[in-house]
Amino acid sequence: MVRVLINVPKKAHRGEVIEIKVLISHPMESGQRRNEMGQPIPRDIIHSFRCTYNNQVVLEAELFPAVAANPFLSFFAVAEDTGTIVFAFTDDHGTEQVERAAIVIE
Amino acid sequence: MKRRGFLIVAGSLVPAIWAPARATPAEVAQAIKSVIGSTVPKPGRLKLDVPVLVENGNAVALSASIDALPGEVRAIHVFAEGNPLPRIGSFRFGPATGRPRIATRIRLATSQTVIAIAEMTDGTCYSDSVDLLVTLAACLE
Repeated sequence: MVRVLINVPKKAHRGEVIEIKVLISHPMESGQRRNEMGQPIPRDIIHSFRCTYNNQVVLEAELFPAVAANPFLSFFAVAEDTGTIVFAFTDDHGTEQVERAAIVIE
Repeated sequence: MKRRGFLIVAGSLVPAIWAPARATPAEVAQAIKSVIGSTVPKPGRLKLDVPVLVENGNAVALSASIDALPGEVRAIHVFAEGNPLPRIGSFRFGPATGRPRIATRIRLATSQTVIAIAEMTDGTCYSDSVDLLVTLAACLE
């Protein structure tokens, strides 16, 4: 489990465009570096990220080693109904982590 | 070996040793082709925003947005032609997308051109690129 900071407005009006910001605490080891013994350091990155709003896709991202350590993503969703925004991402070990944020439509 | 001959040979070896690993133009073209197929991207509409002068290549703020409705855009792909691996990321949009814009932070190995390509739902593609200078490269050591 890695630490994830999620920034989603708690409340929104119906049809409002909201900004979603996600910061995942992860080294994103590129696989291009070598350690002090000259051995390549194996790649360890988050390679896929998916954000859904009430099961509808907001963003599906495929990430490569060129994404900086502690990947940050900012994107926009359209607020339609009260519900949950789900963030799921997978790293090179195949571990999937899921985070959730609630949003209320007023 | 004559001095002149030695200098020419030595001079040609130095860049091969010291240049950071970067993808060849063919690899970059192949990476783009693997994503958008043989479609030729048109200029315009898409706006790639990256600083022209990068002080630290380890974390460069990048944003790409396109002047279109969210439903018109399938994805935005970003490429770095001077990195060892040209692909940076592919961002696909869905029915709940509010605005076809993404922002993230990337690594840049050297001064180079960063390319963004937007793939529209009607199959056309738009591209934008930025030539930038990197003073401190993302470390490869």
